[in-house]
Amino acid sequence: MDFALTAEHEMVRRTVREFAQGELAPLIKEADRRQEPPEETLPRMAAQGLLGICLPARYGGQGLDYLALGLACEELEAVDTSLRVVMSVHVGLNSLGLLQWASEAQKQAFLVPQARGERIAAFGLTEPGAGSDAAAILSSARREGEEYILNGEKIWMSLATRAHHVLWFARTDPRAADPHDGLSAFLVETDRPGVTRGDLHGKLGVRAGSTGWVHLEEVRVPAANRIGQEGEGFAIAMSCLDNGRYTVAAGAAGLLRAALELSVKYALQRRTFGKEIARHQLIQEKIARMAQQYEIARLLYLRAGWMKNQGLRNTRETSLAKWTATEAAFEAAHQALQIHGAYGYSDEFEAERLLRNARGATIYEGTSEIHTLLQAGYALGYRSDRPLRCELPAHQPGM
Amino acid sequence: MGKEIWVYIDQFKGKALSASWESVAAAKTLAGPLGGSVVALALGPGAQALAVEAFHFGADAAMWGDDATLADFRPEAYGLTVAKLAKEKVPQLVIIPASTRGRDLAAMVSAELGCGAAADATGLEVKDGTLRITRPVYAGKLFSVVTFTGGETNIISLRPRSFPMPEADAGKSGSPSQVQSAVAEGDLKSKVTGYVASEAGVSLTDAKIIVSGGRGVANNPAITPPAEITDEKQKEVWKAQQGFALIRELAGVLKAAVGASRAAVDAGYIPYSNQVGQTGKVVSPDLYIACAISGAIQHQAGMRTSKNILAINKDPEAPIFGLARFGVVSDMHKFVPALTAELKKRLGR
Amino acid sequence: MNIVVCIKQTPDSAAKITVEGGQVAWGDAPLVVNPWDEFAVEEALRTKEKHGGKVTAVCMGAETAKEALKTVLAMGCDEAILVTDPALKGCDSLGTARVLAGAIRKAGEVDAVFFGRQAIDSDTGMTAGQVARLLGWPALTYVAAIAEWKPAEKAVSVQRMTDEGRQVVESSLPAVISVVKEINEPRYPSFMGIRKASKTTIPLWSLADIGVAADQVGEKGARVGWAEMYAPPARKVVCEMIKGETPEETAAALVDRLIAEKVI
Repeated sequence: MDFALTAEHEMVRRTVREFAQGELAPLIKEADRRQEPPEETLPRMAAQGLLGICLPARYGGQGLDYLALGLACEELEAVDTSLRVVMSVHVGLNSLGLLQWASEAQKQAFLVPQARGERIAAFGLTEPGAGSDAAAILSSARREGEEYILNGEKIWMSLATRAHHVLWFARTDPRAADPHDGLSAFLVETDRPGVTRGDLHGKLGVRAGSTGWVHLEEVRVPAANRIGQEGEGFAIAMSCLDNGRYTVAAGAAGLLRAALELSVKYALQRRTFGKEIARHQLIQEKIARMAQQYEIARLLYLRAGWMKNQGLRNTRETSLAKWTATEAAFEAAHQALQIHGAYGYSDEFEAERLLRNARGATIYEGTSEIHTLLQAGYALGYRSDRPLRCELPAHQPGM
Repeated sequence: MGKEIWVYIDQFKGKALSASWESVAAAKTLAGPLGGSVVALALGPGAQALAVEAFHFGADAAMWGDDATLADFRPEAYGLTVAKLAKEKVPQLVIIPASTRGRDLAAMVSAELGCGAAADATGLEVKDGTLRITRPVYAGKLFSVVTFTGGETNIISLRPRSFPMPEADAGKSGSPSQVQSAVAEGDLKSKVTGYVASEAGVSLTDAKIIVSGGRGVANNPAITPPAEITDEKQKEVWKAQQGFALIRELAGVLKAAVGASRAAVDAGYIPYSNQVGQTGKVVSPDLYIACAISGAIQHQAGMRTSKNILAINKDPEAPIFGLARFGVVSDMHKFVPALTAELKKRLGR
Repeated sequence: MNIVVCIKQTPDSAAKITVEGGQVAWGDAPLVVNPWDEFAVEEALRTKEKHGGKVTAVCMGAETAKEALKTVLAMGCDEAILVTDPALKGCDSLGTARVLAGAIRKAGEVDAVFFGRQAIDSDTGMTAGQVARLLGWPALTYVAAIAEWKPAEKAVSVQRMTDEGRQVVESSLPAVISVVKEINEPRYPSFMGIRKASKTTIPLWSLADIGVAADQVGEKGARVGWAEMYAPPARKVVCEMIKGETPEETAAALVDRLIAEKVI
């Protein structure tokens, strides 16, 4: 057992913290207010290497490990959830999915430019009628010679209007006895004819982030763009979620920490009834709870990251980390706003943005209800994970 | 009779910094308990007149030197000249105003003499015959008291505006002696070739009064930017400039310098050269007027040693009020023009 | 060009600094590269990127200061050297300058040495000038812009930020240059740099290695003794709130008080 981060991890964490606070934080408030993602975010994150942080150097990445990915997500979401969402989608859901399932030729063609940040990647699973129930996907793909023809609509897709690549899940076999078995995954370039897309506005939170929809109408993609085998789509989607959920868990720990730090700062400064409010025991209880929950969230995501580094299957541990951290982050943001009183209710202070941002994560990448059922399934022995044809590769230092 | 206490008269274009005369007065307070006389040393253009002026401020003797090598302040030329004189005459102390020039000079002379040097002192005291020098460290979060552990000559630089400014007494005078530069032009490795024009106005570090603005200067809902400005950021900067115009008017009436918080500088409202704080200038004026500045710890590091602080902020909970001697809870856009008008009336300016 | 940049490890600028038992304490705040030195590192790296050569970072301190050197390696410095020796404890500014000058001499044919304007802990701002004098090189302090490097002519032209404005200075090389914040925007360490830095072994130089006598440095060589360290007494200012029905009334009341208290 070793609970200490290495000097390398500490340096990664400090660098991402300083970078996020120096280069990205000043853009957020206005972007959130206007519901327009700042144009500068993606190029700056790409230039810093964040978009390929844990991808092997031989694929154009920075060669750091999965813990570094988690630490980066924590630091980014401590500034704003929209920044961590970029990591979830581009790195977690898409690029790590390619690293796990794509052929060598596909990695060279798609993963390398993504790892370098030259191509932005998104993830297309959720549809207007298929969220938690992924087997209900209506998007279709039919084979014609060396091509597939894709139709369908995806919604709530982060970076929908920014992405060059979408990892798209579609039904290739409408007659499969189990609907899970009829899905396949495709890498769809968004400049292909028949692709239309747009942004969604009016979200409660993550208003500095890009969320939208993508519609495919008779879009032809080469068969070489199919990731994995026909019928492996559901398994691929689920392993992508193992990585996406990990980034959400780590990010939620960051939001929790931001709520704690904001609350501590305010509680030591604001005075009521003749003393600083930190001296009131009911405030102390809230602060203590946040500190407790932060440590829990942090340890859970670090364990999941450690398992990824070792090449161990971590669906159960990642689900637990995501469920625990996102619920705790929302509660912490709620209490942070309460500590700020009326000031917290105004956008002069950050508490209200934390609260709005924290809410979505208990819905996306598996609702809290889904994770509750998953955890019950594991505990009761109803559920176990079988080996996959392709596992996420363990971290190999120097690669 | 103890050994001499020298005071270096720092000057720019023939005019002494007030800190030079503050240093003369500080040296006088040491001459009693430590013994010795106060000797002023002026170098460069106009040095002779400055050496004469030093008598008015209380120097017992004065030296001056001026030749081509001393035309501009250069650390090597000035440093070697002061060091050579100090080697010959062995003063017990060389006191130097801690301007940018003074700090360089102290570094040069101490390295040349291999002697002790205490930079940026804000307090001097003699206790049981030992000189104790107080200087801020950790950006003013702590004070360090240092002593010299021996050596015949030691060096102190004094933070401007930390010691009282003496009254000039034209009745006091004397004849200064002339000294020679210790260097030849051929030995010098650097040359000052000119100055780049910079914004005029009272220098922050030398100002008796500073009026500073924070990020809140842009928050004036009563004004609307001209229609041709469409960019949101430009609108904000335009509003901020109107806010700083109010601050400049107030500064004008008070003959004050204009400062700013880091937030205002980072937002592009005003150049970095106006920044007061940990990463800007450290100031200690007689009066610091903070307009729409909340008082972040980093800002406090740059102004907490001001003798009086007046805070104008619409948030009664702003930490700046914890530091201020006078406070006004008000929107600066309404209050500052009223204050400017009142001061014009009362000060007859 | 062969460039040396001198750095110091200091507590983070946001740290809460206190005195405990006569010793300075900064709680669990991290030790970082002195913020002013980041500008020096950046300028050294830019100079190398433009004119070729290498950048060597030199730091004097305890073994923990390796972390600061690793940070600047991750920013892109080619080499890093830590001068560490039990005899260095208690160095004053001149002692530190003797050590750094010794290390620079040992580093070989150096064209330029960069410093930050001062260290945010001891705040003396004298080390760069003292090192210059000990080496017999020109001191170019408070440099806000390097107008031109002329490596072939062994010369440089800089703009210095003085109290009165920007001064243009031409100088021969080698020179010691201390920089101010206006000069650049320091880069962040790169991830590749972090990976490289964490694998780098930083050489440790002792006083014997740099040929500096132990009685010239540390407590023995110090001409300045630290008698006492204290936190400024909490300013017991009770803020006098000036009130009025209108801004004009408040202004009149305020000016009355400012004049009565001889503030203006």
